[in-house]
Amino acid sequence: MPVIQYQKDQKDIVHLILDRPDNSANLMDGRFAEDFAKVIATLHNDKYAGVILRSEKSTFFSGGDLTMLSQVSEENASEVFHMLEKIKVSMRTLETCGKPVVACINGAAMGGGWELALACHHRIALNHRALKMGLPEVTLGLLPGGGGVTRMVRLLGLEGALPYLTEGKQFHPEAGLKAGLIHNLAQSQEQMFSMAQDWILAQSNVCQPWDEKGYKIPGGAPSHAKVAQKLAILPVMLRAKTKGVLPAPEAIVSAMVEGAQVDFDTATRIESRYFVELACGQVAKNMINTFWFQLNQIKAGSSRPNNIAKHKVEKVAVLGAGMMGAGIAYTCAINGIPVVLKDTDSKRAEHGKDYSRKLLDKQLRSGRKTTEQIEQILSLITASGDVADLADCDLVIEAVFEDRVLKARVTKEAEAVLAESALFASNTSTLPITGLAKASSRPSNFAGLHFFSPVDKMPLVEIICGQQTSDESLARCFDFVQQIGKTPIVVNDSRGFFTSRVFEKFVGEGMAMLGEGIPAASIENAAYLAGFPVGPLAVTDEVSLTLIDKIKRQNIADFNAEGKDYAGHPSDKVVDRMLELERSGKVAQAGFYDYPSTGGKHLWTGLSQFANSDLQIPLEDIKERLLFIMAIETVRCLQEQVLTSTVDANIGSIFGIGYPPWTGGCIQFINQYGIASFISRAQVFCDTYGERFAPPQLLIDKAQLGENL
Amino acid sequence: MTSEAFIFDAVRTPRGRGKASGSLYEVKPINLLSQLLKALQQRNEFDTHSVDDIVMGCVTPIGDQGADIAKTAALVAGWEDDVAGVTLNRFCASGLESVNMAAMKIRSGWEHLVVAGGVESMSRVPMGSDGGAWAMDPETNINTGFMPQGIGADLIATLEGFSREEVDHFAMNSHHKAAKAWQRKAFARSIIPVKDRNNLSILEQDETIRGDSSMATLANLKPSFLQPGQLGFDAVAKQKYPWVERINHVHTPGNSSGIADGAAALLIGSEQMAKRYDLNPRARIVSTALVGTDPTIMLTGPAPAARKALKLAGLNAADIGLFEVNEAFASVVLRFQKEMKIDPDKINVNGGAIAMGHPLGATGAMILGTLLDELEVRNKRFGLATLCVGGGMGIATIIERV
Repeated sequence: MPVIQYQKDQKDIVHLILDRPDNSANLMDGRFAEDFAKVIATLHNDKYAGVILRSEKSTFFSGGDLTMLSQVSEENASEVFHMLEKIKVSMRTLETCGKPVVACINGAAMGGGWELALACHHRIALNHRALKMGLPEVTLGLLPGGGGVTRMVRLLGLEGALPYLTEGKQFHPEAGLKAGLIHNLAQSQEQMFSMAQDWILAQSNVCQPWDEKGYKIPGGAPSHAKVAQKLAILPVMLRAKTKGVLPAPEAIVSAMVEGAQVDFDTATRIESRYFVELACGQVAKNMINTFWFQLNQIKAGSSRPNNIAKHKVEKVAVLGAGMMGAGIAYTCAINGIPVVLKDTDSKRAEHGKDYSRKLLDKQLRSGRKTTEQIEQILSLITASGDVADLADCDLVIEAVFEDRVLKARVTKEAEAVLAESALFASNTSTLPITGLAKASSRPSNFAGLHFFSPVDKMPLVEIICGQQTSDESLARCFDFVQQIGKTPIVVNDSRGFFTSRVFEKFVGEGMAMLGEGIPAASIENAAYLAGFPVGPLAVTDEVSLTLIDKIKRQNIADFNAEGKDYAGHPSDKVVDRMLELERSGKVAQAGFYDYPSTGGKHLWTGLSQFANSDLQIPLEDIKERLLFIMAIETVRCLQEQVLTSTVDANIGSIFGIGYPPWTGGCIQFINQYGIASFISRAQVFCDTYGERFAPPQLLIDKAQLGENL
Repeated sequence: MTSEAFIFDAVRTPRGRGKASGSLYEVKPINLLSQLLKALQQRNEFDTHSVDDIVMGCVTPIGDQGADIAKTAALVAGWEDDVAGVTLNRFCASGLESVNMAAMKIRSGWEHLVVAGGVESMSRVPMGSDGGAWAMDPETNINTGFMPQGIGADLIATLEGFSREEVDHFAMNSHHKAAKAWQRKAFARSIIPVKDRNNLSILEQDETIRGDSSMATLANLKPSFLQPGQLGFDAVAKQKYPWVERINHVHTPGNSSGIADGAAALLIGSEQMAKRYDLNPRARIVSTALVGTDPTIMLTGPAPAARKALKLAGLNAADIGLFEVNEAFASVVLRFQKEMKIDPDKINVNGGAIAMGHPLGATGAMILGTLLDELEVRNKRFGLATLCVGGGMGIATIIERV
């Protein structure tokens, strides 16, 4: 069975029906290239009025075969290039055949799907807001190599196409109509086909806008003075975002501009060459691995006990209306879940609800929400100072201060009014769950739900299983996290769990380097150039040195309790010195940075007291120390079974604690580095900078087996 | 057996403000240059048959000043058909590169009389309007760390710790020195006023000098490169200079070279030509040098270029009586002075491009003429002219009065 069926109706309209027999979605791969070429050849020898391109699946077309694309290398680069060119010849033949071709977009048309639609003269989409179209290739380190770059630039101009190509901006049918990407909207499949038929029968001699005589690129070609001015700064603005570690946006802009200066066929060939280069590269492989395969595994529930029925939370209670509690309440409400936001009194609780009011008001002003929608969302949040209001909640999220005694008290108070079956979760970022569960009379219903700040923006929630947390509780936590549109990872109980523990290593290493005498600006810039969203010193200021110090003290106490000695960390003396100087961070308006009322924060000049002008350390070492120390700690988490899956490790490190996306996550960073190379580099760091870089046993074992993590 | 390359004469137009409001905006670049060629011939009375080549710098050689303006100007000036002409582009060094290339032609013994100089009408042909892969091709732009010069100038100031006050002070002095130079007719020997078709004068003096320039007025100007820096160029700079936290954007239109229109030409030849036309060799070109440096900071070429030229000449910086260091930006000259440990009283004694403007293709030839005139006035022996150059290059020329 071919992946495209060829049918002709009574009106002499050929239907090219996308219907891959052995898959739930249509894919672009070698087989598609073959079958597409065949139907195009059939068309050439046939007599017909026009063509309708449509899908028999629930989606229109899913795009490239990522399994195949993640295996592109120098060896098969030529094969992939020719396959791509073959598909593009078919697309080009279709759009230059002179007969009207209509795409009937019944469902998602992403990547190659949208590119296929672009090769049609007329695009009609079913008017469903959930129907998504766009070119998300860039988010996987690739570029739209099926004519997407070339056609989008010719359709919208260089500037107009930019967000769709370099940011992977998606759009629904109505937005597509407004942007000139979609020609017509249909309310039903039948209406869509009759619209297509009508349009075809009304046409004679059709061609694409870019094939019309006198065609000019909207907004002007690169040689146009106004465009040229922008071109000098465009790559630089892009690089400020990619930091030089994400090759795809840079390749996309290059292909856009180069393609806009030559004829169509040459432009699309240039696009193919850039595509193959990206596909061969390591960054695309890292990103496809993590943001496609691994994220899909998580979405499908790879870390969720699979023998438990899906559960939907009906009503949530959030204890503590501080920044975290307020953010969690907002997130529940916008996902349609009624939520009681409880604090010691209703005034504090209302203050927490104000956070939602503020966020929603912003959306009202920008036109993203209506007054009715906002009122409806706010009506879901009950600000309360009364524990009795918790009675009918089936999930309680405790977000009070990080104080064991306080947490124990609110746990007991809540459980007194809750149903037996209610789930209780603590949003602690460091305190072991098993210990906190001791305050609970139902420890099997007790788990950790670690949100990240700001809650409304951060996509991750770390679920922590205490020793007694039941599989059912874990499954319910998992389902809840997905219910509020976030990504769950599952970890076992330990001090700092996974994310906080690895995050501490990042800030610790930054401060250790400062203590060695490396200029603060070099540390911050190196982090930035490695792809971290923020430097270790800046983020330490955010969380405050007081908190870092508190964690350190708790660590020492816990070590002592276990009868072990605290080995110390080279950052300790920096923390001590800064606190001695009363520079505890952003809240104090004085930390590693100064926070003047105007002009923005800047590094405190007093940091020169740490400077060692004799020190010569390559920038690459600074970058890699940050990347390595986090990766090594992640391996230790795996080794200690705090983490049970590399999938959770990769996603958690990027979504939760800012590990650079180009790496594909803490573990993928090691795999792509090569385990043996990673070990020998870690050993050098261990000898030069300290024992903390010693490669963990698990890594050495894997290297001996010749396996990846 | 090499022959010496002598400078017989140096002429230039006054510099006009490089805007539509500037006096030379109405003048075609071809006229700026052909008027100078005519004047040069009339002053020196050589037979244009003997001119082997005309080498002219032009940095944006398109439109009005496109194609090969050197040859076209010779035709317009009525020079003999057998005079050749070439236009070259070494960015801001183009004018001095023309002189250096002329000197090499003469010293090779293969040519004997060459006119060298440059022309730029920045009011008519805006800087950067000729495109080019460095800025306009995204792949090249990204991979080479393209930055506008001004960010490099601000980066120099940041690295060297030059404050806004220091660069403004330097700028104010440039204006004061230029104003005084005009008062004592320091440029009288080389200035050729620009005339219209009725021989009426259009511009007789450099147009942008402010004799009353003050720290207060300079301090009011806004930094020119703060916004492009914030858009992303500062991040490019920090990739190469990661120990810099933030760039101190000290340069403004007041302490950077002015956009200007103008042309310059020097007559350079061998001893044989001196004898044939009874030309007086005013100086010999002792050495020339080019260097490449980091293209991102871009403007640190003058010192290494000067050192290279000094080494070739077997001289020390102390042997040089006067320096002309192009005032592309104040920090460029301040850094040169600091790096080479030179008495500021020896540098740009008659002001520079901050006061008088920087017609890109011509400036190098202009400052060499200024250097020669002033060496004669002060009876000094050696002079050195140098410029920072786009793409991270540097150029220098040493002359000796004979």
